Amino acid sequence: MSILVDSNSRVIVQGITGKAGGFHAHHCLEYGTKIVAGVTPGKAGEKFEDKVPVFNTVQDAVAQTSATVSVIFVPAPFAADAILEGIEAGLDLVVCITEGIPVSDMVRVKRAMQGRKTRLIGPNCPGIITPGDGKDSHGGCKIGIMPGYIHKKGHVGVVSRSGTLTYEAVWQLTSLGIGQSTCVGIGGDPVNGTSHLDVLKMFNDDPDTHAIIMIGEIGGTAEEEAAAWVKKNCKKPIAAFIAGTTAPPGRRMGHAGAIISGGKGTAAEKIKALREAGIAISPTPSDMGKTLAGLLK
Amino acid sequence: MNIHEYQAKELFRRHGVPVPRGSMASTVDEVVTIAQGIFKEGTPLVVVKSQIHAGGRGKGTFKEGFKGGVQLCKSIEDVKRCAEQMLGKTLVTKQTGPDGRMVRKLLIEAGSKIKKEFYLSILLDRQLSVPVMMASTEGGMDIEEVAERTPEKILKQPIDPAVGMMPYQARNLASRLGLNGDLVAQAAKLMLGVYKVFWECDASLVEINPLILAETADGSTQVVALDGKINLDDNALYRHKDIQEMRDLMEEAELEVEASKFNLNYIKLDGNIACMVNGAGLAMSTMDIIQHFGGSPANFLDVGGGATKEQVAAAFRIILADPHVKGILVNIFGGIMKCDIIAEGILSAAKDVNLNIPLVVRLEGTNVKLGQEIIQKSGLAIIAADSLSDAAQKIVAAVKGAK
Repeated sequence: MSILVDSNSRVIVQGITGKAGGFHAHHCLEYGTKIVAGVTPGKAGEKFEDKVPVFNTVQDAVAQTSATVSVIFVPAPFAADAILEGIEAGLDLVVCITEGIPVSDMVRVKRAMQGRKTRLIGPNCPGIITPGDGKDSHGGCKIGIMPGYIHKKGHVGVVSRSGTLTYEAVWQLTSLGIGQSTCVGIGGDPVNGTSHLDVLKMFNDDPDTHAIIMIGEIGGTAEEEAAAWVKKNCKKPIAAFIAGTTAPPGRRMGHAGAIISGGKGTAAEKIKALREAGIAISPTPSDMGKTLAGLLK
Repeated sequence: MNIHEYQAKELFRRHGVPVPRGSMASTVDEVVTIAQGIFKEGTPLVVVKSQIHAGGRGKGTFKEGFKGGVQLCKSIEDVKRCAEQMLGKTLVTKQTGPDGRMVRKLLIEAGSKIKKEFYLSILLDRQLSVPVMMASTEGGMDIEEVAERTPEKILKQPIDPAVGMMPYQARNLASRLGLNGDLVAQAAKLMLGVYKVFWECDASLVEINPLILAETADGSTQVVALDGKINLDDNALYRHKDIQEMRDLMEEAELEVEASKFNLNYIKLDGNIACMVNGAGLAMSTMDIIQHFGGSPANFLDVGGGATKEQVAAAFRIILADPHVKGILVNIFGGIMKCDIIAEGILSAAKDVNLNIPLVVRLEGTNVKLGQEIIQKSGLAIIAADSLSDAAQKIVAAVKGAK
């Protein structure tokens, strides 16, 4: 078991003939992900790497391949359109990797998603992966840009707003011999499809996830909202790290959502809320794996 | 991106938000011409406002001694004297830090007869993922303090992005601010204009503090935006050519401007250990762990997911241009990027810049062994580290030892 995706998930790549889309589609296929279709307007009939059929629209791709998931690599000015196309086509899950989407575009997307069944992960995220049991965790489902081999199949769920910091956590776990059920990058933007809380609820309900690593950062109050829920509802051990203790207020730290504004969204506030919810705080980004391991004893 | 008050007021004018009569000047002669025009129209008072990207101007002090970055003047001589004390001088406010900012532009405006002050702003509510307009009767005050002490005095109106701000929502806010008569319609019209500025310009913040009730020459009352602050969403600038032209590079830190030319995300801090990292979250965490082990980070620097040799070289140059830097920590988690290629990039950059301060390199990921070998065999005095905490401890120790 896992959450959201497994080795049977059938995946479309929106923007498969682009540089980034093609590069990562190749690596996902190599990992074992069932990439069943690509979408690039005007290129219907072509094949990606001689095996994956390309369609003009997501709707055509879904009709022909019964895909239920898509991953988006289209450039930021066209990404909101691509997300809504996936939603309109009735997909279960849309994963948007694209960075730099205007906030007002995401506000519109979020509004248009109300009442729809599709879940959006991202944007501005590394994607989602459920490791498999082959060599270097191959044979699972990798939908995104993370390196597959750092993962290991197992029972720890990982949820994070950051890309490389997630790899850091995963690698620490794998090096300690601790595997992961599913790792979800929810992205670094101020408006995203899926929150820490959404993913924690799914991990809590997943019998195959025994413990959780949650990685947050400065900006917004998503970590505090997750902590309030955890305090009352979560029965599984959680280790957390919050990035940005040293970040100056009022500056955007790389991620569009990583900003302390009006004195709100500091690392100290978040760490306090998480501690009060009984979550173990990793003192440095180098101790995330160790902190989680300590909870499993 | 931030813009000046005079530019914010230009955007206000375009969207029907009333502002005082006035314009920007960058020389004393221009100041005098504009002020003469305002006095001629019968206004007894001219306001001279320093234009810098920082708040607290009115209570600020110039390094040269002159007090107040905003001046009320009753005569041309007065205006001229103030302009001479402000232009080209450095203003220090509670938001500029001790270095202050050089004042290169002044906004010259007709003075207003203020009957009452309010606060008005619009920004993204991250929890609801919609814009929210905020208003308060506590105008002209530090709004963060108001929010802290008397949160009930801040009125909030979330706005459905599918339909935009509705007139009834604006009337509600106006009425709750205690306005009545034709002032309700005036304030509502202004608020709808402010929403349009926010939405159509892709702003991340529009703030008017204070919004005032001004007594006009004929004795009537007018709702006016006396101040104006607009921050813009960098991700959306590509579709606003006119706003891009408002960027004032003189207001941005030189090294940050240089970094942005190479698509590097660099923010200068006050410490002495520079860092170069791939990924924003990992870059923040690297700063945190340097501090955790007793060091002090000199910067935030995210070289991104697919950094090229040119970007790495530019990153080194920018880091080293900060005279406080006494050591460098490179922390790369090469996922899709291969460590051997990154190692070669670091070596060539280190040679190019004649590196003579401690450099600790921590590589992890694809081809990590190959990358570490390349660094060890380089003959350069580079310290290799095998984990993030090892790297942080080594650079902190190296910098302390060098003192």
